[in-house]
Amino acid sequence: MKRLLPRLLLAPAMASLFLWMIVPLVMTLYFSVIRYNLMQPEETGFIGLENFTYFLTDPSFAVAVGNTLLLLGSVIAVTVLLGIAIALLIDEPFPGRGAVRLLLISPFFVMPTVNALLWKHMMMNPIYGVLAQVWKFFGATPVDWLTDVPLGSIIIMVAWQWLPFAALIFMTALQSMNREQIEAARMDGATYLQQLRYLYLPHLGRSVAVVVMIEMIFLLGVFAEIFTTTGGGPGDASTNVAFLIFKQALLNFDAGVASAGALFAVLLANLAAALLMRMVGKNLDT
Amino acid sequence: MAYLELKNIEKTFGNVRVIRGVDLQIRQGEFIVFVGPSGCGKSTLLRLIAGLEETTAGTLLLDGRDITELPSSQRDLAMVFQSYALYPHMSVFENMSFALKLAKVDPAIIAQKVQRAAQILNLTSYLERTPKELSGGQRQRVAIGRAIVRAPKVFLFDEPLSNLDAALRGQTRIEIAKLHRDLGATTIYVTHDQVEAMTLADRVVVLRDGKIEQVGTPLELYDRPANQFVAQFIGTPQMNVLAASALQSLVQGCGIAVEPDGYLGLRPEDIALCAPGQGQLGARVDLVEALGAETLIYVTTDNGVAMVARQNERSHLGVGMATGLVLDVDAAHVFDAQGRVTRSGKARASKGH
Amino acid sequence: MAQRSKYPMTLLLRSALAWAVALLLFFPLGWLVLTAFKSELQAIAVPPLLLFRPTLENFSIVQERSDYLLYAQNSLITSAVSTLLGLALAFPAAYAMAFFRVRYTKNILMWMLSTKMMPAVGALVPVYVMAQSSGLLDSRTALVIVFTLSNLPIMVWMLFSYLKEIPHEILEAARMDGATLWQEFRRVLLPLTLGGLASTGLLCLVLSWNEAFWSLNLSAAKAGTLATLIASYSSPEGLFWSKLSAASFMAIAPIVVFGWFCQKQLVQGLTFGAVK
Repeated sequence: MKRLLPRLLLAPAMASLFLWMIVPLVMTLYFSVIRYNLMQPEETGFIGLENFTYFLTDPSFAVAVGNTLLLLGSVIAVTVLLGIAIALLIDEPFPGRGAVRLLLISPFFVMPTVNALLWKHMMMNPIYGVLAQVWKFFGATPVDWLTDVPLGSIIIMVAWQWLPFAALIFMTALQSMNREQIEAARMDGATYLQQLRYLYLPHLGRSVAVVVMIEMIFLLGVFAEIFTTTGGGPGDASTNVAFLIFKQALLNFDAGVASAGALFAVLLANLAAALLMRMVGKNLDT
Repeated sequence: MAYLELKNIEKTFGNVRVIRGVDLQIRQGEFIVFVGPSGCGKSTLLRLIAGLEETTAGTLLLDGRDITELPSSQRDLAMVFQSYALYPHMSVFENMSFALKLAKVDPAIIAQKVQRAAQILNLTSYLERTPKELSGGQRQRVAIGRAIVRAPKVFLFDEPLSNLDAALRGQTRIEIAKLHRDLGATTIYVTHDQVEAMTLADRVVVLRDGKIEQVGTPLELYDRPANQFVAQFIGTPQMNVLAASALQSLVQGCGIAVEPDGYLGLRPEDIALCAPGQGQLGARVDLVEALGAETLIYVTTDNGVAMVARQNERSHLGVGMATGLVLDVDAAHVFDAQGRVTRSGKARASKGH
Repeated sequence: MAQRSKYPMTLLLRSALAWAVALLLFFPLGWLVLTAFKSELQAIAVPPLLLFRPTLENFSIVQERSDYLLYAQNSLITSAVSTLLGLALAFPAAYAMAFFRVRYTKNILMWMLSTKMMPAVGALVPVYVMAQSSGLLDSRTALVIVFTLSNLPIMVWMLFSYLKEIPHEILEAARMDGATLWQEFRRVLLPLTLGGLASTGLLCLVLSWNEAFWSLNLSAAKAGTLATLIASYSSPEGLFWSKLSAASFMAIAPIVVFGWFCQKQLVQGLTFGAVK
């Protein structure tokens, strides 16, 4: 009985997750090697790696990969750098600190579709948007964000949303820092920059790694923002791999090619996952 | 007729034999102390008795009943944990009445029993508080109260005093002793502190590496240790144990039969100091610890052996001074090469009318 | 504890800078809230209006035009049900791993983590096809299932880390006091884990409510959630900014407020406990 009980308790969760993992995976594998168009479901047939070659040789593919990496890299860079800066800024108490924290973390809890439309219309509209007004105020011509800098606009939206996450993590990490070593450094005559370099940044090293890993995982699948604003365009200028697959699946209805693409995306994600697992695994002491 | 009997208890964790064949018989009302160095298995043995771990082999009998296969909840034993393990979300009253509530005892009777236990332990004014609001000593008393209320067949204590500061420890030790005197309950008490063992126990069980080294009353263990391990474990400062090879002349001169690779044991109080050049050995003083009521003098003999002597009088000796040692040879214990005792020294005489 | 700066001047500068940054970052959100109370003309005013007479008309129009309540109801139901389902699945698993010597606990947790890491798009085609063939497209059931499974790994992890913090000895004490396994669970374990259950549930609620990928792809007019409703505002319909803002404001307000209250727990959950 003692052996049986834990296994019974684990079973429902593990069984569901197992199915959730296996069934789509097997189906995707199957779809990726047959011809399967959702509009003509009767016409199926084994076509080997044709789907893969189609997906990979699609000119949009290379662009999508590039965009994905660009998106990933920029957002991570912005959120980490600004996140650390903000965390350091509000590390010490000052009047209204609590309220400042609330203001800072709010963007993270906003629905992605709201986020997207908020920026698309209220901020980035080239005539009535706030950014346009600000540009005009300084005498410059307003930028037509979504048309001229489509990927950049997406990057801004996503970075705005994830900056609070990074900042909050770094704030938490800083609070766990041993204050006495800072006092010791001060007594040793260290300037703030030196303290930064030798004390603060090394301590934050681990949380930076975590933030990067987590963001890599979630940002690989950025979708809602692209869907609601640029639709991947103009052309494929703001299409990432996730959106490309979506286009194939539900716009071209080519499930075969989409599945091939999905496998590729899964591969990409696995790399990020392996790295994060190593990091999180170290924290686990069962 | 033993009240609690352990027969050939074995416990293995993975490949490690943690308890190796323990046999023990405990009478009703006895206060037994399990003592031994870290890792000797004393806590494991206690947990086996409690039922929190399963025995790999062996039998446990309580009041005639075989409880080896019974779960903890049915053994009618109460345990006081080292960390007290109080229920954080319950008040002191609820903590102490929990077991009775589970047993569906009448609430009026529960209240009565809890009040009585609270009175004995001076907890009456704290009954409505939660553990968060109590000091360490108070929490410990609640843990004890929780056990008392149940009036179990046996009380089990797992190093209850380790988390208290020194002053509180001494005080609580006395309270536990008084409690045992008043309630007369069978108790098994685990500690690594031999002072607690000596002062609280009716009988002491010395454990090492999962085996019982010796069982006896505290003074039996002190005067007649069965082996070198027990001899050195019991008694502070440690008994001086000297290799026979280092004391050739002395040994021969006193006519004690010691194997060439055996050992001689002398308690600090059996070594007296005299003028240099006199006595059986010469030595230099390393350190003098004046404790007020007694003085400990650490010396190194002329042939390089470190020893400690104890005397009731103050000493005028200083570091580096030469002195002579008078050894009370009759009180010496002799051990063979494996550490077993071959001759016990004579016991100290007791004073009193 | 952080030390106060020795120089009041740096403190002042820091406070000013911190407030400036905070207000700047919050600005888009604040602007959204303001716009919700403007008329459409005021919303597109050039230069942008900071002071104006507020109106509540947008909120009622949104409801008339797009049946806001239906979408809100869908969001509520799918989030709540998936949270409860998730807790029901996750809690026993977390309990088993935290309190029994289950072999490969670490491996199991890692594996659960890995299922979360796959981008949702990887499962899009199969799930879509399955939903279509079982007639569950545009149904709340499909959304609930998908939300639950997506959030399950995080919930197991969070509950596991909460349960691990309960000292074994308290449960052993309950056992010695005569409690059966069920009593041990109900009277001692459960009261002590309520906090953990609440945080985990809240996190799942937030994640499901904000979930956009599956909502957009699997649901439409009948089971659409607020996420889909807002997205559908993106097709040009003439002037609609203040209505959009009103709709958005209602959609995000509860979650943002939730976020304020449990920032630490939510972020902890999202990092799988890697940052404490």
